Amino acid sequence: MTAKTANIEAERQAAATHAEPVLRVEGLKAYYRTRHFGVERDVKAVDGVSFEVRDYEIYGLAGESSSGKSTLLKAIAAAMRPPLQVVGGTVRLRFLQASKSIHAASPAELAALRWRKLSYIMQGSMSALNPVRRVRRSFEDFAARHLGGSGASFEARVIEHLHLVRLDKSVLDAYPHELSGGMRQRVTIALATICRPDLVIADEPTTALDVVVQKDVLDMLRDVARQTRASLLLVTHDLGVHAYLTDRLGIMYGGRLVEEAPTEQLFRAPQHPYAKHLIASLPRIGQEAPKVTLPGGPPNLAEPPSGCRFHPRCPLAMDRCRRETPEMTEVAPQHRVACFAVGGPA
Amino acid sequence: MLTTLRDLLRYNPEFRIGAVLLGLVVGMAALSFVSPYAPLDTFVVAPDVPPSWQHPFGTTSRGQDVFWLLTFAIRNTLSFGILVAVLSRLLSLLIGLVAGYKGGWVDRVLMAINDTFIAIPLFPILVLFYFVLRDAMSWTALAVIMALLGWAYDARLIRALALSLKSREFTYTGLFSGMTTREVLVREHLPYVMPIVFATTMNNMNWSIGLEVTLSVLGFTDINSPTVGGMIYWANQHTALVAGVWWWIAFPVFLVVLLFIGLFLLAVSMNEHIDPRSRLRRMGAEGGA
Amino acid sequence: MRFYATYLAQRLGQFLLVVFIGINLTYLITHLTPIDPVEQSIAAVTSFGNTSPEAIGAMRQSLRELYGLTGAPHEQYLAFWRRIATADFGPSLSAFPTPVSTLIARALPWTIGLLATATLLTWVLGNLLGGLAGYYQNKKSLKLLAIIAMGLHPVPYYIVAFVLLVMFGYLWPLLPIAGGKAMNLGNELSLAVVLSILKHSILPALSLLLVGLGGWFLGMRSLVSNIVSEDYVVYAELAGVDRRRILGSYVMRNALLPQVTGLALSLGAIFNGAIITEQVFGYPGVGSLLVSGVYAGDYGLVLGVATVSIIGVSTAVLIIDLLYPLLDPRVRTA
Repeated sequence: MTAKTANIEAERQAAATHAEPVLRVEGLKAYYRTRHFGVERDVKAVDGVSFEVRDYEIYGLAGESSSGKSTLLKAIAAAMRPPLQVVGGTVRLRFLQASKSIHAASPAELAALRWRKLSYIMQGSMSALNPVRRVRRSFEDFAARHLGGSGASFEARVIEHLHLVRLDKSVLDAYPHELSGGMRQRVTIALATICRPDLVIADEPTTALDVVVQKDVLDMLRDVARQTRASLLLVTHDLGVHAYLTDRLGIMYGGRLVEEAPTEQLFRAPQHPYAKHLIASLPRIGQEAPKVTLPGGPPNLAEPPSGCRFHPRCPLAMDRCRRETPEMTEVAPQHRVACFAVGGPA
Repeated sequence: MLTTLRDLLRYNPEFRIGAVLLGLVVGMAALSFVSPYAPLDTFVVAPDVPPSWQHPFGTTSRGQDVFWLLTFAIRNTLSFGILVAVLSRLLSLLIGLVAGYKGGWVDRVLMAINDTFIAIPLFPILVLFYFVLRDAMSWTALAVIMALLGWAYDARLIRALALSLKSREFTYTGLFSGMTTREVLVREHLPYVMPIVFATTMNNMNWSIGLEVTLSVLGFTDINSPTVGGMIYWANQHTALVAGVWWWIAFPVFLVVLLFIGLFLLAVSMNEHIDPRSRLRRMGAEGGA
Repeated sequence: MRFYATYLAQRLGQFLLVVFIGINLTYLITHLTPIDPVEQSIAAVTSFGNTSPEAIGAMRQSLRELYGLTGAPHEQYLAFWRRIATADFGPSLSAFPTPVSTLIARALPWTIGLLATATLLTWVLGNLLGGLAGYYQNKKSLKLLAIIAMGLHPVPYYIVAFVLLVMFGYLWPLLPIAGGKAMNLGNELSLAVVLSILKHSILPALSLLLVGLGGWFLGMRSLVSNIVSEDYVVYAELAGVDRRRILGSYVMRNALLPQVTGLALSLGAIFNGAIITEQVFGYPGVGSLLVSGVYAGDYGLVLGVATVSIIGVSTAVLIIDLLYPLLDPRVRTA
């Protein structure tokens, strides 16, 4: 671990109010099960994922599309609709009765923790807000029952919170389509954090925005998270965003986690062949050597490769990789890799 | 297209029921070719006989066997519906595709006219036609008139489809890889167009046959060649219900209702099948919890 | 607000276009007649006996103008339009010499009353039930309703009206099957009269309801099923917003928008249905007037009803179009 990483971790521990992680996922499996015209099919979008998010931490999840990251978020937030089903594993939250998976929670327990303890920033927040209602109503719908208070005091709180994301109170009277993309995203961030939740899950929060606005929104996201003492689980395919914002980073491939480490360390010394390739493919000023693409394409999650999902494209593939599935093993402090070739399980 | 039909038949209960009902009706119509009685003959059997082995649907007050008369009636009604459907398909495809593909002011003008025909209440217009033409309004004339009036709703649907196809990536891919416009239209777009044409045809037939029955019942069509509506008209003229000859009305009504429901189910199930969003929902709902 | 002015102008333009094309259509149709209709009609009237020569003259004049037979072609056209614009369809043949416009004016309130109430009821009820069916997808009762709806909806208005007539007229004579109100009652606004009117409108309204309900039900159910997977609904559910609030303000509120447009589009068809239903139940609206006009060979009446229908339906469509921006804020600002 480098000095910088050690510093970040020390800072976090000092600021944290809880030693226990806010989120612990163990062996989570979520499949899309379809039966259509007599053909049964399981798309194994998330196939055995384990990680944890600590207090006062910004944890990132990266991976290409179809790596399963969006499905993972839906499963964690218990926001699944058929044909998506949780098939195994647990999702434990610190603020939910200990040793109980969120999927075993009763509707009343879920209703109590939704938004108050666990909130969600959506992908493509263009349509996250009801198009026929003013922004003010969305705040009322989402937060009033948790924060309570009279109409006037509630509104005062909302306005005060809007200042954190640098939005004027005039935004409350607007309809969603009247706001720019950046403003809409900031409204969503404000909405997600107003109840001071312990965990905020953000799914591609800046993907639909242009680069200039992106940085602004990312800064805002970090500031708000820090100020409200929330942990942030950030999912995006954009590694630049991860580099900028996250404390720790996990890389997903084919529905599984393949590497996890403090962000700075992962960028400096990736271990897993896929992660190595990802990091190497980032453009660096001054680099002139042409990039080499990985052979093949992302795995078909309905019929995934046996053993390690990456082995058909891996330059270090061995016979073992085809037969057995590597587990995540710690190769350095805080640094886990799932690969037989790189100091994985012996 | 054929594989779609086969799959729907196998797995979609609504489609199956619709196909069965339609099959029944078409079967009835086909029987007309072996009818022992000519359709226009009257008083060939004892009148007002209730349903029996000899006359399964009874006989009319004009001495006609209801069952065999019905086979002709349903055949004429069906042919009428098909004729209108074919003619108006041509119109709605033409206008819908031109409006969708050309866009611009052509589109706007066509759609303004289109919306006009949707808004105008057609029944008074048809009555006016009948009033003016009287006996000159043959079945073909009526079919042509209805086709000229009834293309609007479907044209809009086809235009929407054309708009979406025009800007899809596979269209550009086809064009850039050297396919001619005609090849693109036939090989790439036609598989999308066929299901919609199918669904709208079913709906159109329901509409035209419904109007035909309504007009005939009032006596506003050529009531000499037998149609379902015509049978009901004659039954009313002979005050069949009051006279207790209920079978003269009940069987035509029953059969034509089967036809309507059958066509409707076919159209609805095809529409649902085309809609991609509902497809995911249906796939998931059937599989697992 | 400026956008609304543009929108208003567009809708008004469409309205005028529909009326223009519709009236022209009727003009064209009348020119299809192969024989001289005027003298035939006159002969029919005079055969009744004691009719004054001035009345006959007025009849002949109006018929010739309405058929577009007087003067040069462009004069014919202008005379036709003048009559339409002033709602002067001449004296009615079947109720000679009462002017057609009087007959229509008498019948119109009945039609509007029946149509407006039945349509509104059907639309609201159909959408409500369909919305519930789409949101609570597993309720058995709603699934059963769907099947019934699918069975009734494709049946044409005439048959449903007729079956109801048979059921309640002959089998279980509970409700009146003819007329707008009991024949021995006057026209004053007393409770007895109002009740009688309501009682007589039950069967016609029921028949319109049974056919129309299915369409709105199925449409709304499908819309709602798709909307529940929209981002803003999923988001609200993730936030634990009260389910009933979601159903009302998020799902239904958005699903109703295309249904309002759908209402405007189907007014023509609903009107057709109402005409037929009136005829079956002898309800004294413009529908019965139209059919009796055809049987009596009363051209002025038929043309009058056709024209009024076109204008009436277009006006209703225009009103709905103008109300739409009030419901959808996205349309208010370009």
